[in-house]
Parts: sequence; structure tokens; C-alpha cells
Amino acid sequence: MTDPSPRRSPLHDVHAAAGAAFTEFGGWTMPLRYSGDLAEHAAVRRAAGLFDLSHMAEILVLGPGAADALDAALLGELSTVAVGRAKYTLLLNGEGGVVDDLVVYRTGEDRYLVVANAANRDVVVDRLRDRVVGFDAAVQDETDEVGLIAIQGPRAEEILLEVPAFAVADDADPTEQHFRESIAALRGYRFLRALWDGHPVLVARTGYTGEDGFELYAAPELLPRLWTVLMDLGRGAGLVPAGLAARDTLRLEAGMPLYGHELTPLTTPQQAGLGRLVRRDKAADYVGRAAVEAPEAEGERVLVGLAAEGRRAARAGYPVLAGDREVGVVTSGVLSPTLGHPVAMAYVDRPATGEELAVDVRGSRLPVTTVPLPFYSRKA
Amino acid sequence: MANAEDLQYTADHEWVSADGDIATVGITGYAAEQLGDIVFVDLPSVGDAVEAGQVIGELESTKSVGELFCPVSGTVTEVNEELAAAPEIVNSDPTGAGWLLKVQVAELPELLDKAAYDALTGAA
Repeated sequence: MTDPSPRRSPLHDVHAAAGAAFTEFGGWTMPLRYSGDLAEHAAVRRAAGLFDLSHMAEILVLGPGAADALDAALLGELSTVAVGRAKYTLLLNGEGGVVDDLVVYRTGEDRYLVVANAANRDVVVDRLRDRVVGFDAAVQDETDEVGLIAIQGPRAEEILLEVPAFAVADDADPTEQHFRESIAALRGYRFLRALWDGHPVLVARTGYTGEDGFELYAAPELLPRLWTVLMDLGRGAGLVPAGLAARDTLRLEAGMPLYGHELTPLTTPQQAGLGRLVRRDKAADYVGRAAVEAPEAEGERVLVGLAAEGRRAARAGYPVLAGDREVGVVTSGVLSPTLGHPVAMAYVDRPATGEELAVDVRGSRLPVTTVPLPFYSRKA
Repeated sequence: MANAEDLQYTADHEWVSADGDIATVGITGYAAEQLGDIVFVDLPSVGDAVEAGQVIGELESTKSVGELFCPVSGTVTEVNEELAAAPEIVNSDPTGAGWLLKVQVAELPELLDKAAYDALTGAA
């Protein structure tokens, strides 16, 4: 069982000293903002932001049967993922609904790191334990032993490469130069195992902001020092500490779904715009397969992007209207800091997606246009 | 910026500054900080009759929506037009350039002084 009182990040004192306002999220007390949501958001788009993601759940699946066990447990075909690569995938229920979205890193032939949302830690651990029964594999909840920070933004790589004392782990060439070349060559959704001052750090080119960047997994007690070094070296390049408020507006502009908003146990991958994750050629059977391969999985309601004029945001829970009919509901919405106009994601009845739509903003009608997701994508 | 000691406050985190029968109304620095970056301010129109305790507007930040409760009764004589284009002034100068509206009042209600308001927000 997870402790019911909110837990503190190993970086809590560092955040407090930096003037952070805190919020409770997924059973943790985490930084909501430091200087201000908009400044932090803009810094990530233009330079870089440093995020504390210690609340995320890290779960190991290991053993000779780990690959087959995950193939049976998850939507994705994890057995085909090469060591050193990561995959975004979903854990489904038997009805094809989304229990959680996950990033899974293959850290060895017999070893995977599954990263889940904080609020879903227990349910993901429980489901994985249920589903590996019969395979030669074990599930270990490592959340208390693994911390996570992310550096995101166009200058993230440059700042990371400034940090001294990094080396590629288990490599014949332990020099800083070799680490820097390896990071520069690292492509998206790939990672390498590194040592920082002798301590293991998994450096992954992944993120949740729509920008280039890295996620750094390490022992919790290592994080305050690593955070401080990154901030000290990056400040001149525009690096700022960024809170969960900015993380939410960044991921929303990038059209990335958030569990509890766009993803729920009652929505299928196809409804959420994640139909590409359903591979009919996958060899193994998996929980939810029959349901997501059935025509009904397309669903009556589908996730759409909405854009509006003005400055008033459509927010989660607001009804979507076609004429006087309620045809959907907003799942996330904000005045886009980058674009300067309101954007939202909403579930809308399929036949209504081509109609003229509006959102009921606390009694007043906000006309909206259906637009493709994402709202924002970085220049290649 | 107005001297914080000269303002009166409400438990809903508005402040009032009286000059004759004109009351200037804004939100406190505490309220602005709780909201986060304010991106939209919805205010009544000049000439509107307003009543104390009534919701007369909204302040939206990236993360939330705050209702503006009118602390006084009377007629709106002026609204801060600057805020349409630059709502962030409410964050940067909540008790000065970030004022919201002016109301012509028959009489000022008894509101909280600074010490009582600070006690409410837990400020030292």
C-alpha cells in the first residue's frame, strides 16, 4: 500500500529555497510553479526548463520471461524493442479502456523499466503482478529507490553536455568526451546508462513538453546535487526550474494526453487518438486485445482539438455544444501561452465533429473550431 | 502603489481604497499569487449597479478561474481598461496599477483592516 499522507520529493528543500509554490499531485507534494507559469512555459519553448518528476512510479519487470510477460500485459509489443530504446504504450483493461499510459525502457535482454503515473502506481504494480503469473518474470516497485528529473527545451542538450563527471556505464571508454559524443548522437526514445561521479544515472531522450530534452533517472539522494549542478551551469543559457503548471500547459499545446483527463478506463486508445498504438500484427495475445480490435473500439466519442479566439479558456468539464445540443465535454483547456489563443482537447460525438461547435464557458458561449492535434510542434 | 495600511480588505481577498464617495477595488497580492499568472480579467461595465457580495467579474489564470466578489454597493464609474491587453499587471502590481474598478458608493461597509486580513491569510 502507498502511504496516504502526501510524500515529499527528495528535492523538496531545494524547491522551497527557490520560492516554489507547492501542490498535491498523485499523493505527492510537488512544485506547482516557481517564478510564474508563463515565464516557465516560455523558457522551455525558447531555452530550457528543469522539472522534478520524482512523483512518477518506476517499476522493474525482470527475468527470462520479462519480454513475453510484458507482451501479454501491455498494448505494445515490448519483445521487439531493442535494448537501449524506449516505447510509449498503454496498460488496458479487459474492455480495452486505458488503465494508464506508460513509457517502457528496455534496459537489458531480461529487464524493463516501466514508468507510470504517480496516481496509478498501485494499480499498475497490481495489474503487472497479476499478468506476469505463468511467465518467468518478477515485478519490483522501485519508486522509492528511483528519482527522476527532466531537462527540456531547445538548449537542454547543450546544458547537459556542460555537466562534468559523466561517463557511459559499462563501456570501454570511460571519458567525458565519449559521454558527450554519445549524448549528441542519442536519438529520440533512446537512452544510455551513465555514471555521474560514479553513481548510476539513466539518461533518456524522452519528455512530455513537445521539446527536445532528457529525463534523468537516478537514486533520490543523488538528485539535489545533480539538480543544483544543472541549474548552476544552465542558468546563463536560460534554464529555469519549471513546475507542474507549466508541464501541463506544455503537454497540452503538444497534444499529449494526460491520464485522468484524456485517458480513462472508459476510453479506448482509438478514441484518444492513439489508434496507432494498436498493432493488429502483434504476435502475442494481450489483455484488452479483443476489445480494441473490435469495431466498437472506435467509440461514439472521439478526442478532438479545439481552438478559439479571444483570451477566455475552455476548461476541463465544460460542455461542448452543437446548436443547443450537448455533443461533448472538454478534457483539458488553456489560453495557449505560445499561440496566444485558447486551445482545448475534448471528447465529441463523431457525427458532430464536422459541425459548428461552441463551448459553454460558465454560461457564455465560446465559438470553437475543430483543429488537428498537436496545437504546437517544434521546428525540426 | 497604495499604502497597504490604508486599504481595507474582505475575506474574499479584495481590497478597497476610499477617496470621498469613490471606492477603488482590486484583489490582494495574496489572491494574485494564489491564482498564478492572470491571463484574462472580466469586469462589469461603467454605469452598472453593483451590490456588496455579488459576483461581478472573473479573473482567469492559466490554471484556474477566480470569482470577483464586489466588496461595496453602488454604481461603477470606471474600470481598468489597461487590463484587457495586459492582465499581468494584476500580478505585478495588485494594489497599484492592477486596480480593477471604481465604484461610487453611498457608504462604505465595515471591512477588515490590514492586521485582521493578515491574520486571515496567515501572513506574519
